[in-house]
Amino acid sequence: MSGDVNGGEVSPGEAQLAISGVSKHFGGVRAVEAVTLSVRSGELISVIGPNGAGKTSLLNMISGFYRPDTGNIVFAGKDITGARPSHVAALGIARTFQNIALFAGMTVLDNIMLGRHVHMKAGVLSSFIYWGLAQKEEIAHRARAEELIELLELEDLRKQPTSGLAYGLRKRVELARALALDPKLLLLDEPMGGMNQEEKEDMARFVLDVNQQWGTTVILIEHDMAVVMDISDRVAVLDRGRKIAEGSPGEVQRHPDVIRAYLGTAKERREAAAA
Amino acid sequence: MPEFEWQFTLVLLTNGVMIGLMYALIALGFVLIYKATDAINFAQGEFVMFAGFIAAGAAEILGAPFWVSALLSVSGMVLLGFGLERVVLRPLIGRPVIAVVMATIGLAAVLRGTATLAFGAGTRAIVMPIGDEPIELGPVMLPPVQVVGAVVSIVFLAAFSWFFLKSRIGIAMRAVADSQQVAMAMGIDVRRYFALAWAMAGIVSALGGVVWGTMLGVDNQLALVGLKVFPVVILGGLDSIIGAVVGGLIVGIVENLAAGYLDPYVGGGTKDFAPYILMIAALMIRPEGIFGRRRIERV
Repeated sequence: MSGDVNGGEVSPGEAQLAISGVSKHFGGVRAVEAVTLSVRSGELISVIGPNGAGKTSLLNMISGFYRPDTGNIVFAGKDITGARPSHVAALGIARTFQNIALFAGMTVLDNIMLGRHVHMKAGVLSSFIYWGLAQKEEIAHRARAEELIELLELEDLRKQPTSGLAYGLRKRVELARALALDPKLLLLDEPMGGMNQEEKEDMARFVLDVNQQWGTTVILIEHDMAVVMDISDRVAVLDRGRKIAEGSPGEVQRHPDVIRAYLGTAKERREAAAA
Repeated sequence: MPEFEWQFTLVLLTNGVMIGLMYALIALGFVLIYKATDAINFAQGEFVMFAGFIAAGAAEILGAPFWVSALLSVSGMVLLGFGLERVVLRPLIGRPVIAVVMATIGLAAVLRGTATLAFGAGTRAIVMPIGDEPIELGPVMLPPVQVVGAVVSIVFLAAFSWFFLKSRIGIAMRAVADSQQVAMAMGIDVRRYFALAWAMAGIVSALGGVVWGTMLGVDNQLALVGLKVFPVVILGGLDSIIGAVVGGLIVGIVENLAAGYLDPYVGGGTKDFAPYILMIAALMIRPEGIFGRRRIERV
């Protein structure tokens, strides 16, 4: 099928997330074309590819922002193809966004507490009627938020409005907010984009910690190949909407189609620059 | 007679503050919807009118006591808010702003017509069991309705401020207003919050309808108080509760000062347009209002 490298491929039975033959077209643009990808529970898999390869579109289909034109997506045994994003989140899939998407005008803590929203049972009416219960619930969620603040080393920033924070810190707050959902599967869209080397290393460490300590499955979109090859269990490569390879970091790096996709674009870039 | 002048000004200012707070109550309904759903509700005045009709109708037709008819009005408007969101506004989510604007303008006409159809064209009265002996505050005499209206306004404005700042649901609502997409990724069911916003606007409109209806009487003309919402929210900021208060106070005070100092010289009329001149000036100088959030848009 797509790609010759099948090392580590997951049989559908043991997959936590099974994406089968998923396509998404926008007018004439085939953003994603018949992509099949399975992810095991607890795995850290990276999705790489040149710009416009369809990585974010694939993520958007998993999290329910796009409805696939064909194919289906099964998570933890449930078909989530075309499910509403809020429903997908409630099932245990959290995400971050390529462009930081924190709630403006709110503090770091408010943002993280919003990530707890899915776990809060008290509704509008009941929170007015059973004041005590809602308060108790609030305290438990606050404790969880504190753990995340500690994990991501945000202690000094709790009450700060996110809009004033440095770029790298805002990315970190966004990760904390996604983790606040206690997700089984975490989708990270370029969490290290635009960061300096030190910030990248910190972020890589946080992602690895979450993956290894809590066993959270991670799907990572990232352009920094050193980071990707360093922390991923497996790598899938997309090019022009198609999956061209999948395997261990070592296998993928040697794969001729991958080399062609990357060097090809580099060559085109050189030609464009020369012209 | 300098002392008399001073007292006259004080009376105008106090009346301005009272009326201003009552404007703020109506503007609050508008702000709640804009804040949560980004929709501009051109039917806010009609909401108030319709609420007034429910209260007056309950009292006159069913013979319900004041508190019962006020409660009926509140619950009726909550249902109406939920219903309208579900039937009219939800299908328009994601459509251009103009679609929602036109829908609410249509809604306004439908509400005016329905009210006349159901309750007749005559003016009905809402009678608050508080008498009409004016309350004296030094040189100022205040009708009790205005005092009740002002108190209700302050209580609800404070309650909703707290709600958005501190309560979980309120914070989630702000998140929805900020970015529907990201809110959905947090597991927040955006549609429920839209419905809630319309229901809350229904509650506020019902209170406004009862208070304003008591003061002015209930007929189609009652919807015209809704027009005052626009200078109030443009001055204060479309998405700010504190802005609704400040905008309401400015409009109330300017209106009263114009009525007291300008109208006698020109034979009347300035009271009615002074707030709108202020509104136009505000649009030119500070379009996001005093407390409104400046939206940075990349072109």
